[in-house]
Amino acid sequence: MTVPFLILAAITLAGAVAAMTLRKLVHCALALAVSLVGLAGLYLDLGAQFVGLAQVLVYVGAVVILIVFAILLTRGDEPPSPRVGRAISGVVISACVFAVLAWAIVSGGAAQGASAPSLAPISDIGHAMMGRYILPLEVVGLLLTAALIGAVVIAMEEKRRTK
Amino acid sequence: MTPLTGCLLISALLFAVGLGGALSRRCAILVLIGIELMLNAANLNFIAFWRYGPHPEALTGVLFVIFSIAIAAAEAAVGLALIMAVYRHAKTTDLSRVDSMKG
Repeated sequence: MTVPFLILAAITLAGAVAAMTLRKLVHCALALAVSLVGLAGLYLDLGAQFVGLAQVLVYVGAVVILIVFAILLTRGDEPPSPRVGRAISGVVISACVFAVLAWAIVSGGAAQGASAPSLAPISDIGHAMMGRYILPLEVVGLLLTAALIGAVVIAMEEKRRTK
Repeated sequence: MTPLTGCLLISALLFAVGLGGALSRRCAILVLIGIELMLNAANLNFIAFWRYGPHPEALTGVLFVIFSIAIAAAEAAVGLALIMAVYRHAKTTDLSRVDSMKG
């Protein structure tokens, strides 16, 4: 638990809380970007450079922009008077889930393995991806293609029906 | 407190924040943001167990997170397309008002 780790964790959690509590949708999306950048910093701090950079590229570069586009295209601000009971029940449920998880983590006595492992070189990741994990890589490629086509088809369904 | 415990606690807190938001907010886009936060908490767990686990040279956690990020991107694309289709149909993204399945 070093100081940079704690700072990055604080940024991540503050961004997440802001993304879930702010009123305006665009502010929520930008707070989500802050949280994801903090998470990428956590990955870098833990020694997974490739994952941290992929997190910045994919999440901050693509997913948040996609969310901002969806917000601009739908203009769906929440009505000003949300039901209080629903918010309270959501907070209570999430607090219970966190309590159970924290109890399991603290009382579990996690086994401490290698204290200072070497970092993951990107060439090793490439070799593993092209060797042992070649089938999951192909499946993910197929899944991304299917998701691309599916997203286009779903989003332009209305136009196709009016023809 | 060991570093692994700290990582797991932060991840659990992130998951709880995402879950609370996804359960209590009514806008569909915010529910999707909460789901993204929960996915990222799971990714942080993978990285923490890879980093402090017994066999870090196997790179299992890193590759799992890479595939998980790809799947999360696909999920976000399809989810936002669904939200836009629902908005075009119901003229709102308020989930408490999207309660009809009639075409």
